[in-house]
Amino acid sequence: MPGTALTRNFREGHKLKMSTPFQVVVCASVVPDPLQTLEPVTGPTGPALKNEMMLPAILDPWAAHALYEGANLVKKVAGSALWLVSMAPKAKLQQVMMTVAQKVPLQLVAVDGPSSGFADAQQTATALATAIRNIPGIDLSKLLLFGGWESASRSAGVTLQLVGEELGIVDQFQGVDAITPNDDGSFEVLERVEGARHQVSRCAGAPAVLGWATGSLGEPRNDPQVGMSNMRAIMPALQRAVAAKITADGLQYANVATPKQQRETRIVKDTPADQIASEIVQWIKQE
Amino acid sequence: MDNILFLAHTEADGTLNKTALEALSSAVDLKQALGGTLDVALYGAQFQPAANSIAACGATRFLAVCGESFAAARFATDAAASEALVRASGATIVIGAMTSRSARVMAAVAHRVSGCVDTHVTDVTAVSGAPAVTRWFYRQRIEGSLTRTQRPWILLLDPGSRPAWKGEPGSVTPQLIDVPVGDSLLRTSVKGLVTPPADQQTIRPDADLLFVAGAGWTKKQKDGQTHVPEAETIIVDFLRSSKASLGGSKSLVDISGENQSTLHFMTHLNQVGQTGSSPRHPKGLAACCHGEEPHTVGWRFIGERRAINLDPNCGWARGKADVLYVADAFEVMSKVNVLLRAK
Repeated sequence: MPGTALTRNFREGHKLKMSTPFQVVVCASVVPDPLQTLEPVTGPTGPALKNEMMLPAILDPWAAHALYEGANLVKKVAGSALWLVSMAPKAKLQQVMMTVAQKVPLQLVAVDGPSSGFADAQQTATALATAIRNIPGIDLSKLLLFGGWESASRSAGVTLQLVGEELGIVDQFQGVDAITPNDDGSFEVLERVEGARHQVSRCAGAPAVLGWATGSLGEPRNDPQVGMSNMRAIMPALQRAVAAKITADGLQYANVATPKQQRETRIVKDTPADQIASEIVQWIKQE
Repeated sequence: MDNILFLAHTEADGTLNKTALEALSSAVDLKQALGGTLDVALYGAQFQPAANSIAACGATRFLAVCGESFAAARFATDAAASEALVRASGATIVIGAMTSRSARVMAAVAHRVSGCVDTHVTDVTAVSGAPAVTRWFYRQRIEGSLTRTQRPWILLLDPGSRPAWKGEPGSVTPQLIDVPVGDSLLRTSVKGLVTPPADQQTIRPDADLLFVAGAGWTKKQKDGQTHVPEAETIIVDFLRSSKASLGGSKSLVDISGENQSTLHFMTHLNQVGQTGSSPRHPKGLAACCHGEEPHTVGWRFIGERRAINLDPNCGWARGKADVLYVADAFEVMSKVNVLLRAK
């Protein structure tokens, strides 16, 4: 990961004295565990996943990176705060929170609504923006809105951008791999662009939207103490979850299917390496 | 009847990139299928080379937003330019390319013009006189086709979905649209691009072959020892002689991030799969990678697939690859390198 001396200091844990603390809100939904087989079915409101409520779920992976990066930023910049805003069926969210709560200190804002990849992004964004505006003590001028640059469900990279628009934020970054705050409240951002490159930008300060790619932090180890502390507030937050109604609103699915991807695999074993190498080279050279 | 707008940013030299020309191809086809009109809108520091290069695309009008403020890929100015162009055109369907620059702003633009947006579109067709799009859900696991009644409808086409538009260049004079750039749009300044050194550039989107290295390269081998430096040499030699693009599994990339002994050139940018990329290459070869579902969803757009793994029951054997070689990847790839060098 490229970086300046300031980036390295920030990563290495030097506490920054900044005049402007951040209020970091991470938007993250839940998605089916990637190891599960997904089968589409037609439900009363459109396409859905077969046994969707029964599928084990995880926090959306790119959004999870955003959460870890957000927690790191809050830890390093004195006076900052972190909220996790998540829209999903309440029961599903509770299941996922049992794990997520052990990762980093957070305050949950729950919205009870669909987490389906087929749900409309615009209405989802409106519900999330409303939930963010209603956070007690939120100051939108200090807001850094974090999330995954794409979800593992709709995979569109649209919702976070729309939430930003709903909140009137005019500085947005997508595919973010690093943020480095400066003493004056401004920050430097690395965004992924084509050709395995990063675009480097400097933003004057909050508010801003940052859709994260993988960042540079590993997944934190489970910390039972953090988990217990978080869960005391998470359960009431789940009980307070406001229901969001998401409708089709002119969106109609003509067909949703899992394409055949099974291949007839030829398994080559007990064959000398020379012979395999020769076959591979021949295959590579074929037009 | 839908009026179609092809909307694109220009490159630094004022031209259009290949992905934009692929999107134009789709816009031209949709115009013919729907019987509507086609307009072209461009924004960037300069636009004339781009406009001239697509003069023969059949567009009724050419619109442009131009100026140094629109040179850099910055959300605030790009969104303002795109919004102005969509409004000026009065289009009901907007087609653009899924570049990082367009993807950063188009949902916001849709919101500003009270429209809707779909990204990662792989096909646009006309069904019963209305456009229908195809895209993937759940990271290339489920494919769906959909229609919307809301307009304007902004569509971003994935790279490689269509052949690029080709036509004779000509000469056109686009109508300039004025977009005021106040201080509020300039809170972000783009400082430049960080590019890996040429000898470390392992991601090659146009390569014929994707080579994916798995975590097995860093694990203990038959002699009970790890051989990471040797693995690096084998992989780098192979990339050099085959001109392949390098991908990695999440497990290998995560090891790199944790500063364990691993392949020094492997970063999260190489990662293929659920939280990585889904590149498009005609062929793919995986070595020391188990081929589990979270990784192989990133192989959706890989044509022929082969894998080398010591485990005959790995994911590749379960219908994920065309051929699985049950063998030692160190041994096989070393011999592959010898053969490639000899040729």
